[in-house]
Amino acid sequence: MKMNWKQVTFVAAACAVCASVFVSSANAADWGQYEVDDRRSGFTYMTDESRAMQVDSFQNPGMIWVEQGAELWTEVNGKAGKSCASCHEDATAAMKGVAARYPVYDEGAKTLQSVETQINHCLENNMQAEPYKWESTEMLSMTSFINNQSLGMPVDVKIDGPAAEWYEKGKAFYYERRGQLDMACKHCHEDNAGGIIRANTLTQGQVNGFPTYRLKWQKVGSIHRRFRGCNKQVRSAPFGYGSDEYLALELYVKWRGRGLPVETPAVRN
Amino acid sequence: MPSLKSFIPAFAAATLLASVATADDHLVKYEVVDYGIAKSLTGKAGDPAAGEKAFVNRKQGNCLACHQVTKLSAHPFHGEIGPSLDGVAERYEEPQLRLQVVNAKAINPDTIMPAFYRTDGFHRVLKKFKDKTVLTAQQVEDIVAYLKTFK
Ligand code: HEC
Ligand code: HEC
Repeated sequence: MKMNWKQVTFVAAACAVCASVFVSSANAADWGQYEVDDRRSGFTYMTDESRAMQVDSFQNPGMIWVEQGAELWTEVNGKAGKSCASCHEDATAAMKGVAARYPVYDEGAKTLQSVETQINHCLENNMQAEPYKWESTEMLSMTSFINNQSLGMPVDVKIDGPAAEWYEKGKAFYYERRGQLDMACKHCHEDNAGGIIRANTLTQGQVNGFPTYRLKWQKVGSIHRRFRGCNKQVRSAPFGYGSDEYLALELYVKWRGRGLPVETPAVRN
Repeated sequence: MPSLKSFIPAFAAATLLASVATADDHLVKYEVVDYGIAKSLTGKAGDPAAGEKAFVNRKQGNCLACHQVTKLSAHPFHGEIGPSLDGVAERYEEPQLRLQVVNAKAINPDTIMPAFYRTDGFHRVLKKFKDKTVLTAQQVEDIVAYLKTFK
C-alpha cells in the first residue's frame, strides 16, 4: 500500500496518541469507575474478552436472567393476587439504587436484609406466596433484574447504627483463618490480589457485580454461593445460604468495595 | 514477601520452642530448634521420587498452586503466590525445609502457606478432613527429600 504525505503524518500523529495512551496505561492503568482509591473491581483483573462480554448487553450471558426477572416482576403470584409491580410499579424507578445500598438493617424485621431476604419477605408477607429457594432460577432472575436497575451506581452501604454490629461480625469473619488449609479471606483477597494461584488470578474478591455470570458455572450465581465455594476450597464447612454469618460478611465485603459501580450481571472467570 | 531467612534474625532470641500438649497428640511428636525440625518424622529418610508425586498431586501437596519450579515446567499452571523453589536446597538446611512443610506458621505466623502436618487450632474444618493432616508423616519426609534435590 502506498500512502501520500498527508496520510503518513496522520498515521504518525495517531500512533503518537496510541503510544502515549499505551505508556500511561503501562505505568498505572486507568480503570475509570472500576477503580476507587485502592479498591478495584474484579472487572479490572479479567481478560479483555470477559470485559467486552460484560459491557455489551447483547453479548452478556447474564442478561438472560435479567430478562426472566423482568417477566417475574409483573407476574401475579400468591394468595393475595399480587405481583411485585402491584406495589412497586415501574422497577426502573422503584428498584434503582437498591443494589447500591443493600444489605440494609431492617428495623421492623430486626435483621440485616439482603436483596434475596427482602424479596422473600415481600413474597411471604405482601403476596402470601411461597418464598424462592436461594439459588433457584426465580431468585437468581429476580436479583439479577433488581440489581441491574442500579447499573453503574456507586456502592454505598450503611455501616452505622444497628448495622454496625453486623459490619463488625463480617469483618471478624473476613480475617479469621478457617478450614484444614487454615486461610482467611484476607490471605487471598487482601494480601495476594493480583497474584496467581494455580491458573487463577486472585482479585480483591469484591461483590459489586453479583449475581455474577461465571464462565465456570455456566450460569449466574449469588454472593453466598461464592462465599460457600471460597470456604470449601480451604476445606472449611460452609455456612448456609442466607445465614447470619454470610449476611454479615456480605455487608462487610460490600463496604470494602464502597464507591465501585454496581455491575450486575458481571462476567467473571 | 517475607522469606524464611528474614524471619530468623527477628526471632533469634527464641531459639527453642518447647512442645506443649495439643489436639495434635495423635501425631508424631517433634521438637523445633532454630526454626527447624532436625529429626525425620518417621525415623527414616524420605523417597524423593514419591516426594515428587505428592508435591504435584493436587489433593496432596499441591505445591505448584503457589510455587514455581523450573524443572516441573511440564506440569501446567504454576502459581506465583509463594517464591520460586528453584535452588531452595542451597538456601536452607533440611531441618528448616521440614518445619516449613510441617507448619510454616511456626516461622511466619501470618503466612498463607498451609501447615501440612498439623491438626490443632483449626476452625470449622470440613468433616471429611477433620483431625486429619494434609500430608502423612511419610509424605512430608518424601517431599523434604525431594526438596533437597532442588540445587
Ligand atoms: C485459597 C484462596 C482463597 C480464599 C482463602 C478465599 N478466596 Fe475468594 N476467590 C478465590 C479465587 C481463586 C477466586 C476467583 C478469582 C477472583 O475473583 O479472585 C475468588 C473469588 C471470590 C469472589 C468473586 C469476586 C468477583 O469479582 O466476582 C468473592 C466475592 C470472594 N472470592 C470472596 C471471598 C471471601 C469473602 C472469602 C473468605 C470467606 C474468600 N473469598 C476466601 C480464592 C480464595
Ligand atoms: C497457598 C500457598 C502455598 C502453598 C500451597 C504452598 N506454599 Fe510454600 N510458601 C508460600 C509462601 C507465601 C511462602 C513465603 C514464606 C512464607 O510466607 O511462609 C512459602 C515458602 C516456602 C518455602 C521457603 C522458600 C524460600 O525461598 O523462602 C518452601 C521450602 C516451601 N514454601 C515449600 C512448599 C511445599 C513443599 C509445598 C507443598 C507441600 C508448599 N510450599 C505449598 C505459599 C505456599
